Amino acid sequence: MKLSYQNVRKAGLKTRRSFTKVIPILLGVFLLVSLLKVAVPKEFYAKVFSGIPLIDSFIGAVLGSISAGHPLTSYIIGGELLDHGVSLIAVTAFLLTWVTVGIIQLPAESSILGKKFAIARNIISFVSAIVIAILVVIIISLI
Amino acid sequence: MIKIKNKEIPNGIIFFLLVIFVYLGFLFINPSLISESFEVFFDLLIKIAPVLIFVFALMFGFNLFIKPKTVQKYLGQERGFTGWLVSIVGGIISMGAIYMWYPLLADLRKKGMSDAFIVAFLYNRSIKLPLLPFLVYYFGFNFTVILTVLMILFSIINGFLVDKIINKKS
Repeated sequence: MKLSYQNVRKAGLKTRRSFTKVIPILLGVFLLVSLLKVAVPKEFYAKVFSGIPLIDSFIGAVLGSISAGHPLTSYIIGGELLDHGVSLIAVTAFLLTWVTVGIIQLPAESSILGKKFAIARNIISFVSAIVIAILVVIIISLI
Repeated sequence: MIKIKNKEIPNGIIFFLLVIFVYLGFLFINPSLISESFEVFFDLLIKIAPVLIFVFALMFGFNLFIKPKTVQKYLGQERGFTGWLVSIVGGIISMGAIYMWYPLLADLRKKGMSDAFIVAFLYNRSIKLPLLPFLVYYFGFNFTVILTVLMILFSIINGFLVDKIINKKS
């Protein structure tokens, strides 16, 4: 790979484009998370999440599946959920389905790669998110 | 995207403006809530800023050294172990929105790329190398490593499963 001025400039412009695209989203998410942190009591999260690992991972996976956006947003929300006492298993499932299950992209994926392919891939990604979440927590507890 | 006078307003800006409206609404209902949340906001921003700078430096490096054409060149060309490796690494280093890759993958499938490799590629796109510092910041180093390794392993398992389901003789 040749490191010319043009290549550096091109990479710089591309990064600037990503930066200007992501920054308003990040600032918006930070503002929203800050507001929720102050306005919503921690007990609320305990009501949404049951405390039963398998059910919580399912709830987390559903929330992640219906959400969309930059992965950074899911990290911030996941971090805050963890901070509010939501289990790691639920947060991991949430992070995973946020990036691997695409309900919003499903029509595009179906029309280009096939309906059967898109549905099978998304269902398997959903189930594997729960399995991975369980495995992550087990492995971390063993370390 | 919303268009005003033929100029497209990015979704990110619209989202940001909506949040500002929410803040303005709360400013009239409960001003103390807003001042408290601004404190939390600035605290969060100060903590995140160094990680964010690092993330964009990594993004710059990736934009400089990895070109989509390089990924496209090798994708769908290999079989067996090398095929898996190319799909996994290709997925990890590929950039841009996921739907931009669908037409290319559909084209490669016609040329012989298996569904299993397509699934592996799409699954590994979820691993964002430049964003890993953020994951480490929020969830720790061990979590990040374990999650990343498991995601790579499951991309292969999922690939096999989807391939079996899709190509099952009815």
